[in-house]
Amino acid sequence: MLQLTGIKKHFGPVTVLRGVELAVKAGEVHALLGENGAGKSTLMKILCGIVTPDAGEIRIDGQVCRFSSYDQAIAAGIGVVFQEFSLIPYLDAVDNMFLARELRSPLGLLKRAAMRRRAAQIIAQLGVDIPLEVPVCKLSVAQQQFVEIAKALALEARILVLDEPTATLTPAEVAHLFKVMRGLREQGVAIIFISHHLEEIFEIGDRITVLRDGAYVGSCAVAEVDQAQLVEMMVGRRIENCFPPKPSRPAGGSGHAVVLDVHELQLRRHSPASRFQLRRGEILGFAGLVGSGRSETVLAMLGAHPALTCKLSMHGVPLRLADPAAALQAGIGLLPESRKEQGLITSFPILHNISLNNYGKYRLGGLFLDRRREAEATRAAMQRVRVKAMDAAARVDTLSGGNQQKVVIARWINHDMQVLIFDEPTRGIDVGAKAEIYQLMRQFTALGHSIIMISSELPEVVGMSDRVCVFKGGGIVATLEGEAVNAEEIMTHATTGRLHHAA
Amino acid sequence: MQPDSNANANANANPHAIPSDATPAHASSRLRWRALAHSPLALPLAGLVVVSLLMGLASDNFFTVSNWLNVLRQVSIVGILAVGMSFVILTGGIDLSVGAAMALAGTLSAGLIVNSGLPAPVALLAGVALAVGIGLLNGVLVAWGRMPAIIVTLATMGVARGVGLIYSGGYPISGLPGWIAWFGVGRIGLIPVPVILMLLVYAVAWVLLQRTPFGRHVYAIGGNEMAARLSGVKTARIKLAVYAISGLTSGLAAIILTGRLMSGQPNAGVGFELDAIAAVVLGGTAIAGGRGLVLGTLIGAVLLGILNNGLNLMGINPYLQDIIRGVIILLAIYIAREWR
Repeated sequence: MLQLTGIKKHFGPVTVLRGVELAVKAGEVHALLGENGAGKSTLMKILCGIVTPDAGEIRIDGQVCRFSSYDQAIAAGIGVVFQEFSLIPYLDAVDNMFLARELRSPLGLLKRAAMRRRAAQIIAQLGVDIPLEVPVCKLSVAQQQFVEIAKALALEARILVLDEPTATLTPAEVAHLFKVMRGLREQGVAIIFISHHLEEIFEIGDRITVLRDGAYVGSCAVAEVDQAQLVEMMVGRRIENCFPPKPSRPAGGSGHAVVLDVHELQLRRHSPASRFQLRRGEILGFAGLVGSGRSETVLAMLGAHPALTCKLSMHGVPLRLADPAAALQAGIGLLPESRKEQGLITSFPILHNISLNNYGKYRLGGLFLDRRREAEATRAAMQRVRVKAMDAAARVDTLSGGNQQKVVIARWINHDMQVLIFDEPTRGIDVGAKAEIYQLMRQFTALGHSIIMISSELPEVVGMSDRVCVFKGGGIVATLEGEAVNAEEIMTHATTGRLHHAA
Repeated sequence: MQPDSNANANANANPHAIPSDATPAHASSRLRWRALAHSPLALPLAGLVVVSLLMGLASDNFFTVSNWLNVLRQVSIVGILAVGMSFVILTGGIDLSVGAAMALAGTLSAGLIVNSGLPAPVALLAGVALAVGIGLLNGVLVAWGRMPAIIVTLATMGVARGVGLIYSGGYPISGLPGWIAWFGVGRIGLIPVPVILMLLVYAVAWVLLQRTPFGRHVYAIGGNEMAARLSGVKTARIKLAVYAISGLTSGLAAIILTGRLMSGQPNAGVGFELDAIAAVVLGGTAIAGGRGLVLGTLIGAVLLGILNNGLNLMGINPYLQDIIRGVIILLAIYIAREWR
């Protein structure tokens, strides 16, 4: 139904796509796989007319199509749910779904009622419960995701592109999304599905196309390959186990000193109060569904989010953090969930991003910057975390997700932090870079420092954490250690939230 | 204006220039040209050259030393206001109160001398202090009050104007000691005093922005305030400081203004905030913050000055001059966007 052949594209001197093929049939879920930077997003942008290819052709039902704008692609039946949401925050779901395609009366006025009926119908078809008259910024991330999908369906797309739709969804929501996708597949919609989660591809995908470094690696049916083969196709080498071994003696053992002790932290009036201890040299995992209050709890600890009560002490000394600057003084650093929005100054080169909060060390006569020492220390930090970049002066937005994360890690390692808080340390990061980030985290704890790791990826939580705090409804409902750190136990607590502490 | 002893084009051209041992001491001139072409100063400089050449063609008197010194003297007040404006705009803010703050500071200084009999130096400093106070008020309201800068400074602009008019009764306050004129029309050798003052202000601003952690934090806030805050940058304090700096430059401009007018005039400097913003933007600073050089602002201010000067020399109708200026600003922004 959809056929892309010989697609080539370069931006300036950088070749992004070198002759990519993609063939999608009606009524199939076609998974598009590849590490970050493999060219998936560019390929999708070409498909929907945002980017014009240098060479190659797009055929829909055998007819050659040339799209010079997204509008034309929509008219040809292509609907895209982008990774970054394209919703207007202050408009409600109905207005968003019909944005730029509003139904009009002969007088040119909006046909609100008709649009609302149609929207309700599509949302019902998706089987989700979304309030239609609320600005979408008030909806949960998952609800917004479904509004995005509903928006694409409102266009009556025959070819639906879902770019990492599951990245922000809970397992239950993912399951629901898959049900919706199966329904669409039965109606003959061709779905192009992009995901970093291989197990999802095995669950929902029919066929697979793999890209690597802008080149076409191959296509096959899902049934023909196993996970290891897929990873090999993606990265060109086998990755056996990406998690470094945990220290032989669990670092969470009671013999280790408590670094950070959160006595009581309550976010909202009706949420459970959290209490936990972070011990020297351990990785404490924060697991839970999206929206279970993990990020908010950490931000509240650092004084960057309001909380009802927040009592904590560090090395036995009571501590009150007014803002992240105070946390920095105390030796606690945060690596935020969204690197582009919360972590990096994208207009800065790598060097200045790393030294951003390190200026205390490079002062000359109190006021001035010692730029030579700054450059030396930063280069050393870059080498320590192995940032792959031409030059410390390169702009940070030219880096891949993995290297951007390493820049943020370098910033804090350079600062001799005792506690680092990783919020989704590997979100949007490809397989190869993931393993390196895990290594860096272990190296950090091996020095006697401690890590709190918020993660929505269960294998990551299980593979990395010495102990795990499970969140539900805004607070910690269980703390697991030893054998209890396994996927089933974590999911049980995260979904049912029975209060139960491991022995 | 090149305190960097290396004085290679790159170090001054790039706001985030990084000293590197790898850079050969004698970079080929071709490399330098390339660095210049990619620098944010390239377009403002090109604009300056083009407009100068046009003006030179149109008027014989344009390319004379005395005319250029005259231009620089004329732009000194807006030029100094534009320095404070650069700091504010680099953080992603805006300060509409600078013209009014300058007029109020000048009026207060004159009033303290003439009506209250204060020693002139004390009175001038009191004016500067008042302008800094207005800046601090803006900063507190923006940083801690979390109000939009454009609204806050629009309001303080109105308040400052009103206070100046009430204080003076709406009339200029004259009768100042003669030596104050030195600030406005004096010369050291050939160079007018206001020009020297302006260049000093630019030098200090350049050092602050390019060579101190404070400057880096200013750029960081404009680039991504959230990321800066979560990294431990004291964003509120930095924002307070940039508005205070803008107040300070208004106060310094007020001294030159007072010296030039030899009186305190509550209605002086109307619309200067817009000229200052135009200078900053023509100088290549992003209005959303995070990118730009104070050296560019200087070029932008001079560019505006040349335009005014040249159009005057050509004897063009003042109403038409406004239109030409507006069109040129639009053209400049358009070219800058296409260039990227």
